[in-house]
Amino acid sequence: MRFPMRSLGIVLTSALALTACSSGSDDEATTAAGAASCAPSSGPVTLNYTTWIPGIENVVKVWNDANPNIQVKVQTGPNGNGGTYQNFFNQLKAGNAPDLGHIEYDALPSFRVQDGLENLAACDEVTAAKDQFVDWTWGQVTFGEDNSVYGIPQDAGPMALFYRKDLFEKNNIPVPTTWEEYAAAAEKVKAAGGYITNFSQSDINQFAGLAWQAGGRWFANDGSKWTVSMTDENTTKVANYWQGLIDKKLVSAVPPWTTEWDNAYNTSKAWTWVSAVWGANSIMSGAPDTSGKWAVAPMPQWTSGGNVAGNWGGSATAVFKGSKHPYEAAKFALWLNTSEEALTLLNKEAQLYPATKAGASLPALKQGVDFYGGQAIYDVFAQASTQVAPDFVWGPTMTSTYATASDGFKAAVSGSGTLTDALTKAQATTIENLKSQSIPVAE
Amino acid sequence: MKKSLPMLVMGACTLYFLVPIWWLLVAASKSRGEFSSTNPLWFADFKLIDNLRELFAYRDGVFLRWLGNSIVYTGGAALLGTVLAAMCGYALAKYRFPGREAIFNVVLSGVLVPATALALPLFLIFSQFNATNTFWSVFLPSLVNPFGVYLARIYATASVPDELLEAARLDGSGEVRTFFTVSTKLMFPALVTIFLFHFVAVWNNFLLPLIMLGNERLFPVTLGLYTWNTQVNQHPELRMLVLTGALVSIIPLVIAFLLLQRFWRNGLGSGAIK
Repeated sequence: MRFPMRSLGIVLTSALALTACSSGSDDEATTAAGAASCAPSSGPVTLNYTTWIPGIENVVKVWNDANPNIQVKVQTGPNGNGGTYQNFFNQLKAGNAPDLGHIEYDALPSFRVQDGLENLAACDEVTAAKDQFVDWTWGQVTFGEDNSVYGIPQDAGPMALFYRKDLFEKNNIPVPTTWEEYAAAAEKVKAAGGYITNFSQSDINQFAGLAWQAGGRWFANDGSKWTVSMTDENTTKVANYWQGLIDKKLVSAVPPWTTEWDNAYNTSKAWTWVSAVWGANSIMSGAPDTSGKWAVAPMPQWTSGGNVAGNWGGSATAVFKGSKHPYEAAKFALWLNTSEEALTLLNKEAQLYPATKAGASLPALKQGVDFYGGQAIYDVFAQASTQVAPDFVWGPTMTSTYATASDGFKAAVSGSGTLTDALTKAQATTIENLKSQSIPVAE
Repeated sequence: MKKSLPMLVMGACTLYFLVPIWWLLVAASKSRGEFSSTNPLWFADFKLIDNLRELFAYRDGVFLRWLGNSIVYTGGAALLGTVLAAMCGYALAKYRFPGREAIFNVVLSGVLVPATALALPLFLIFSQFNATNTFWSVFLPSLVNPFGVYLARIYATASVPDELLEAARLDGSGEVRTFFTVSTKLMFPALVTIFLFHFVAVWNNFLLPLIMLGNERLFPVTLGLYTWNTQVNQHPELRMLVLTGALVSIIPLVIAFLLLQRFWRNGLGSGAIK
């Protein structure tokens, strides 16, 4: 059941480009508009909400039962990059977008530049909620612009180090706290017959999380122009580091999210994984035979004694441009992402890790997890979440950026080219792409 | 000796086509833990029944609903589409009227336009009528089958003699009645071919429902399984459901082929010769 997503994407984007050309002129008039008004509608309201969170009906039902005048109807589909984002763009063009949509942080800027998002800064309740959210998640929905909120942060993916406690202990290898120690441990792990980790050739998002931690900032927007810097000093440092591990064959390179990949973890071939909070569930279900043998530690640091974390994933609930009921939509989105009731349900149904400060102390996130030897692993992530730098910005054409980078990473893993080559290429294509969509770039 | 080479090639091809199905059958019979740790081409603990039970119970049996949708979309569209294509092709073959060749050429050029390229324009059109995210938004576009019109015309020209139609007219039969009682019988092998082609095309048309539908209860099984599959990264428990679901979803296609292949082969053959 594997569909050629790349080609599908190309078909869809070219089709979109065609429609974009035909209706380009009427867009300019609307971009100048600032925050729209945010007044309650009179009478009962029905909101459409598109998301792919499994079990979301159960969460929405709680809201619908308590709010007879604001009923929410759930629509669903494949995950964002699997087609739902494209559908959002199509629907925006056709003028029948849903009121609310689930959008990952790295995709929000593309909706912003296409003027697809309602600015919720006009809603007092939304601006007042700012302090409830972890700082960097709020940065993800405001893009650093004044007087703007383009969505309510929903979940976050703070990163940490998953490692095989039993194997590290048995082989007398100290758990690495810096990247230098991590590389040293990699040699010892290799000698003990394993790989320290699997370098993921297609999860550019993970690499972005590592670069984020190291201080890499891939995109910036000064209000008029975009800057792309995927080859800055910090990112290059990360790229060279992993290139070194690949060259010395200290990491495996099986394709991620496949059976072989699960198998590598299940059979003790791979010993660690620097991943996001939701990765806890991936290991749990991908490597069931290793139950009780894992533990979680803060991710390795670039400077000894440092405390910086990266982030991988996370999403927001956005209100689409043209929604007739932005006030009610914002009200629902706030409830969905701040109320303890909703956050507990979202965590139970879909393992979402809340973006609010209070969310980190949900009872469900305070317990020990048997699979991780009873460790209260979410405490590590709660701490990491406060250590993510708030100023990392995603670009408006991430899909194609990821595609180019991932092609280059695959080549690097098989020995032709390097990770730095891949990033250089990705930067060039990204700039080209921005220009071809008439998005201003500073060089 | 002469026969062994073709047999070898055929054997290799058969293996090539059957191994994925075998793999699917084996994979769907395992538990999630065994799926990643045991031989992919041989059985471990036989859990197929459990997997099926889980599949049909997941989210109030939404999978069964998808299967039903697929059969309605595909069966309905193939049946109605075949009738429309047959009538159209027959009219183009048997009646002389101004613009006949022009119409036929337009229909023929329709064969060249892939369904994927039409999905987005169709979405925009249906949006104008507020008809997206409905049963009709997938069903109506699926009725169109230009290749079927082409096949029907070729076959009607060759297999329905003008003399027979003359005779029917002299006996007082109306045109419509003649078509349904006399001509369709003569065209039957072609109709089965058109039906099968159409059936497969609609079953595989994935982009149209992807773009049109947002309501899970309207999804065909292909889109439903795809939706689950895109979520496997973060919800690995869906993997076994996708595998078992894929196995179940090919059963209707297999049945359709087994029932109709006899006619289908005939139709293909005669279409090629005449």
